[in-house]
Amino acid sequence: MEPSTITVKKGKPEAIYDTFERKAGKDKLTTHYCPGCGHGRVHKLVAEALSDFGLTDKTIFISPVGCSVFAYYYMNTGNVQAPHGRAPAVGTGLCRVRPDSVVISYQGDGDLAAIGTAEIIHAANRGENMMVIFVNNAIYGMTGGQMAPTTMVGQKTQTTPRGRTVMNEGHPIRMAELISGLEAPVYVERCAVTDTKNIMKTRKAIRKAVQLQAEKKGFSFIEILSACPTGWKMTPKDSIKWIQDNLEPYFKLGTIKDVSAEREPMIKPVPTNDAEAIYSALGLQKGKTKASTDRAIGEKRIKIAGFGGQGALTAGVMLANAGMNDGLHVSWIPSYGPEMRGGTANCSVVISDRRIGSPVFESPNVLIAMNGPSLDAFEADVTAGGTIIVNSSIVERKVKRSDVKVICAPLTDLAADLGIKAAANSVAIGVYLGHEKVFERERIYDVLKTSLKKKEALALNIQAVDAGYAFAQGK
Amino acid sequence: MENPANVKKKLPTVEIDLNQCKGCALCIESCMPKVLSLSPAYNQLGYQYAVYGGNGCTGCEACYYACPEPGAIAVYKEKKVKA
Repeated sequence: MEPSTITVKKGKPEAIYDTFERKAGKDKLTTHYCPGCGHGRVHKLVAEALSDFGLTDKTIFISPVGCSVFAYYYMNTGNVQAPHGRAPAVGTGLCRVRPDSVVISYQGDGDLAAIGTAEIIHAANRGENMMVIFVNNAIYGMTGGQMAPTTMVGQKTQTTPRGRTVMNEGHPIRMAELISGLEAPVYVERCAVTDTKNIMKTRKAIRKAVQLQAEKKGFSFIEILSACPTGWKMTPKDSIKWIQDNLEPYFKLGTIKDVSAEREPMIKPVPTNDAEAIYSALGLQKGKTKASTDRAIGEKRIKIAGFGGQGALTAGVMLANAGMNDGLHVSWIPSYGPEMRGGTANCSVVISDRRIGSPVFESPNVLIAMNGPSLDAFEADVTAGGTIIVNSSIVERKVKRSDVKVICAPLTDLAADLGIKAAANSVAIGVYLGHEKVFERERIYDVLKTSLKKKEALALNIQAVDAGYAFAQGK
Repeated sequence: MENPANVKKKLPTVEIDLNQCKGCALCIESCMPKVLSLSPAYNQLGYQYAVYGGNGCTGCEACYYACPEPGAIAVYKEKKVKA
């Protein structure tokens, strides 16, 4: 070899992993895409541009839902996988908090043009600093070839077996034209990964969009007509010809909008994580935010669980309301199955002398288990030193934990003794307040008075609270 | 850029990793000098794979861009460098 020449290799770009370790199975070298799929071609073009411009480490690649859901197996960039259609919303967050990054939202036509229509329109309209690669194959590929908004009139799919009709399903959506109609987008182009000439045009468009990203010129949108031989039930060769004969006449190729020359680089407002600024914006004082009562009760994370109809959720609402009326910070959040009766239900109540960070918690310090399955489900979660109140009328087994305070109270029996079996939840509240006086019983009476219209039921529920309270005091 | 020892053939040339090929034949379709073909044999994945005859590659890279698999095709060619 002469000293004036070197051998260069055109192969896998550095922005694609050498081996696909995240991919399941033995074969870590090939993609999960079908033979002849357009996704691989587009992945290579994007990766090549990122590698050539040295932007691999600055890029956050958003995988959508669709066949390219696993793009993060392949792209050696930062990766986020977004719920169906939401990639531009996720991208908005990413490019706002990471303004130096190149954010790429990679989406298919079912994802972008159907399920995520709102997200893409508004991200484009805000002119978010991201580029969108819109791979249009005129079909829902991953789910087995159903009609997409981009499906051609007359095209047969799983859901249009006689062909799409204008009368029934409307016209195919031209997303690139729709986006270009908005003021903010800086560059909109439609290309096709078909023959070499058009692949090279796609390459050029992608490189331009990546460069505009690096320059922070705003929102770019590249629509790429791409083959789905499997979904279209064609050979790879025929599917390329089908794009040329059917898609290209309707989805015209070329630059649809380009105002990149006249746009200045811009940085969107970056959200602050400065605590002082947040406190000042909210008019709060830093540090402990006190409840309107001076009593220090700490933070009570109370899980109340039972079967549907036992009143576990209602008991939680009563506790939270009573705590609120007492001047404490409270939250209540329910969790239940689809059944109105007979299923399992639980709620999370937080009662605190401080502002509550989250109404959701993993480790309660109080568990009220109104039936066996509830004890099974949550016993292990209770913090050491916490309290478990067990409805011993129903739950036959003992509590296994030895590092918690256990109160076995016959909640259902105590209620039944009063002639109102449905008030087991009121008994449970009484037991809890008897054990741990986060506020006076009268607060519960007040809540009962506003929620129970019938005088008789009110009186019985107050008695039920008292019965539980007395039981706990007698312990 | 690399200069692997196994590139001994005359340049330009194309290397196809037979076990990364899914036999879609789009590279064969894209090849201007028509020097690629489909093997009669099958690879580990169960596909007939693309092969290079060994002569006539112009190094145009059309097959590289046509191929949907990131690592199946690599094109090697000589590049002049300024002394």
